Amino acid sequence: MSLRSAADPQFQRPLTRLIDRAAGPLDLQGFEAENGYAGLKKAIKELTPAQVQAIVKDANLRGRGGAGFPAGVKWSLVPMGPDAGEKYLVCNADEMEPGTFKDRLLMEQAPHQLIESMILVGYAIQATRGYIFLRGEYVVAADRLNKALKEARAAGYVGKNVLGGEWSFELFVHTGAGRYICGEETALINSLEGRRANPRAKPPFPQLAGLWGRPTVVNNVETLMNVPHIVINGADWFKGLSQGKSKDAGTKMYGCSGRANKPGTWELPIGTTARELLEVHAGGMRDGKKLKAWLPGGASTDFLLPEHLDLAMDFDTIAKAGSRMGTGLIAVVAEDQSIVSAVRNLEEFFARESCGWCTPCRDGLPWSVKILRAFENGQGQVEDIEVLSKLTKWLGPGKTFCAHAPGAMEPLQSALKYFRHEFEAGLASAQVKAAEFAKPAVAA
Amino acid sequence: MTDTIVKLADLVKPAAPNSPPQPFVLSDEERHEIEHELEHYPDSRAASIEALKIVQKHRGWVCDEAIPVIAAAVNISAADLEGVATFYNLIFRQPVGRHVIKVCDSISCHLTGYDELRDSLIQTLGVRLGGTTPDDRFTLLPICCLGACDRGACLMIDDDLHGPVEPAQVKAMLEAYK
Repeated sequence: MSLRSAADPQFQRPLTRLIDRAAGPLDLQGFEAENGYAGLKKAIKELTPAQVQAIVKDANLRGRGGAGFPAGVKWSLVPMGPDAGEKYLVCNADEMEPGTFKDRLLMEQAPHQLIESMILVGYAIQATRGYIFLRGEYVVAADRLNKALKEARAAGYVGKNVLGGEWSFELFVHTGAGRYICGEETALINSLEGRRANPRAKPPFPQLAGLWGRPTVVNNVETLMNVPHIVINGADWFKGLSQGKSKDAGTKMYGCSGRANKPGTWELPIGTTARELLEVHAGGMRDGKKLKAWLPGGASTDFLLPEHLDLAMDFDTIAKAGSRMGTGLIAVVAEDQSIVSAVRNLEEFFARESCGWCTPCRDGLPWSVKILRAFENGQGQVEDIEVLSKLTKWLGPGKTFCAHAPGAMEPLQSALKYFRHEFEAGLASAQVKAAEFAKPAVAA
Repeated sequence: MTDTIVKLADLVKPAAPNSPPQPFVLSDEERHEIEHELEHYPDSRAASIEALKIVQKHRGWVCDEAIPVIAAAVNISAADLEGVATFYNLIFRQPVGRHVIKVCDSISCHLTGYDELRDSLIQTLGVRLGGTTPDDRFTLLPICCLGACDRGACLMIDDDLHGPVEPAQVKAMLEAYK
């Protein structure tokens, strides 16, 4: 189905309206013909940076990278004025949260939209330079973004005196060399500086002292891409996009992966239910299996149950249910799949991707993996359930340098809460009992 | 099967060859590309990862002898660059095959057949995760979520994304990479 142009006069899918996977991304001319760069032109010609910030703050655009922090508030901490000096805008395009594949689509299919957004937000915070930090494996996105950037530079959107005004802005695509931790914004800044991607202590926050010690804003791809549309159509329009499904504003790139019939990613009003994602858009569970559990938005979110499917997928509603919306792309586990194995897989991921900086994370995560493997192989010990439970505290919020290990503990703590019986079935003692039960009666 | 967490840094390095190591010299092309990258940053150090990737693009991997030379090009110490080079999993510090297979082992692929795909790859190639085939054709590596979860179980061969891949398709898929 083509989402391009007149198909949607209501602009209900601002982020994906111009996406036509079969045709590929629009070039500069095609993008401009579809109102591309109009938001940037409006901002630079008609609005002050403070006015752009105010519109976005009013629109209540919350960060789409997973944390949901209001973008306008984030920007408002950046020092402004003629003496503010070098400032940087960084796009977090290091999409590596397991189960998340939305930014790939946006960047591969709408590269100019991201370039325009970077320049516009650069203007709003009066940044001197911007970097798109793209994960190394996204080779198609890198190619298309670089091509779009070249076109934008030639057209005067990037470089000295953008659109003939006083403000100048340089923009670069920086590709990474792996490691999930680069998605953590201060680790990303270290990586961009050419260092090991260890997170930095906060405060100071990057808005005051970030890249090369200068004020820096780091925003997710999807977050940034909303901005030109908000500038053109206004805050009230953006709030209306959720169609009353949520008190959060805008659309959201949702998705579904795992054992579903038609996995995919879709732009929908924020607050759409997980049931609609799974049953309508993803065509339900594969092979007629029942849903056992689901992750709302990536590996670092707590499992939820089928009974939670009717909750609005927004930041506050999913938080109230004891999880996090995260990136908003759900992963579904079928009734015949093991939660212990799924959690083992998740913790293996987090153990491998730990940067090793702080002890609870570096040593605690492999410990959890060792125990989970034992349960998976029917070698679990009774006290190990308690150890796992303690690990969720020892590696929890406040105990580690960054949010990596606390994020890793979210699926584990919810698995222990909802599926304790599956852990108990993995106890070595349970195997002995089961074996005895299955032993055939001795023939007389 | 996967009873350890495979990290490149953990893998045993091959024994040093008998011939004395040749002095490492950047090619004009490599030097030119690194100098181009340096222009993108106010601090030369920021080009260090890109410089490592440039050398790897031309030579397949980054040998120990290359480290001080690349470090000098980005104006940091060799020890500093070594720390960077060993941190990132897409920088290869030992020889890899002509084609590198990166098989996604994260949750969505785990739920859609990673175990079977991995076993099929191991069986077809005759190497374990982290290994290179004796003919230097393929290196098999696990990789974290490739952001193609709607195509799980998925993998990348060099720059090509494949998915969903059924275990039975592995042999035919590999035939395209000589």
